[in-house]
Amino acid sequence: MDRIPILKLGRALLVTVQVDMHDRLAMALEEDLSEKIVATNARGVLIDISGLEIVDSFMGRMLDNIAAVSRLLDADTVVVGMRPAVAITLVELGLSLTGVKTALNVDRGMALIGTGFGAHDGADDDGVGSEDTDGRVEG
Amino acid sequence: MAVLKDDTLPIRTSEDVVRVRKEVRVQAIAAGFGIVDQTKIITAASELARNTLDYGGGGTARLELVQNGARKGLRLTFEDKGPGIPDLQLALTDGYTTGGGLGLGLSGAKRLSNEFDIHSVVGEGTRITIARWK
Repeated sequence: MDRIPILKLGRALLVTVQVDMHDRLAMALEEDLSEKIVATNARGVLIDISGLEIVDSFMGRMLDNIAAVSRLLDADTVVVGMRPAVAITLVELGLSLTGVKTALNVDRGMALIGTGFGAHDGADDDGVGSEDTDGRVEG
Repeated sequence: MAVLKDDTLPIRTSEDVVRVRKEVRVQAIAAGFGIVDQTKIITAASELARNTLDYGGGGTARLELVQNGARKGLRLTFEDKGPGIPDLQLALTDGYTTGGGLGLGLSGAKRLSNEFDIHSVVGEGTRITIARWK
């Protein structure tokens, strides 16, 4: 059976989805990824979908599932490279992938890994946060 | 309205759903659709083909390249002999599902199409026709 290759890239795993996935391939990817996260101590998963012409609700659910499983295994998931037409169509379909973090490309996705984007209460944010609050006092 | 091309594909496996997507893409390009329109009709077709497989127990997809005056379009008909849909209004509600999906298939496909028609008889099957025009 075909498998989608999973590459290790620093502390992240990179999956490039090029082919038009059918169900079994998608299920296999979920399983392979969760095993590999644990085996490699990965802190994040980058899923490059720049090769995908469409994302339907089946694929959207798969991306959501992968993100949820990864989160339980202490890894962040970033979907990168979504085509503009796919984004437009997904929103019209009613699927805004709220459970999944996205980035425009692999570099920007990598920058998000391990930054704890899920929990925005780190010390680094404090300065910016208070400035924002100060600026709004007039309102 | 003239029919320029008329193909019927089987939907028996999830590989067939992929095949329907590919063929819809070929026809959407033949109809002169831009990239966003192509993506919308292929996505709608994917949702409906999957419904035919998962809820209808398989069936067929009919792809027609049609012309109305100067306008070209794509008309897709998905047909199964499955259990049928008892409550169409409920089935067209966002988030409603009986099969563990996201419940966006029907309502989403409708939003992605210019024309949408559904005919379903309990115990006999379901036929859904969508069209998108250039």
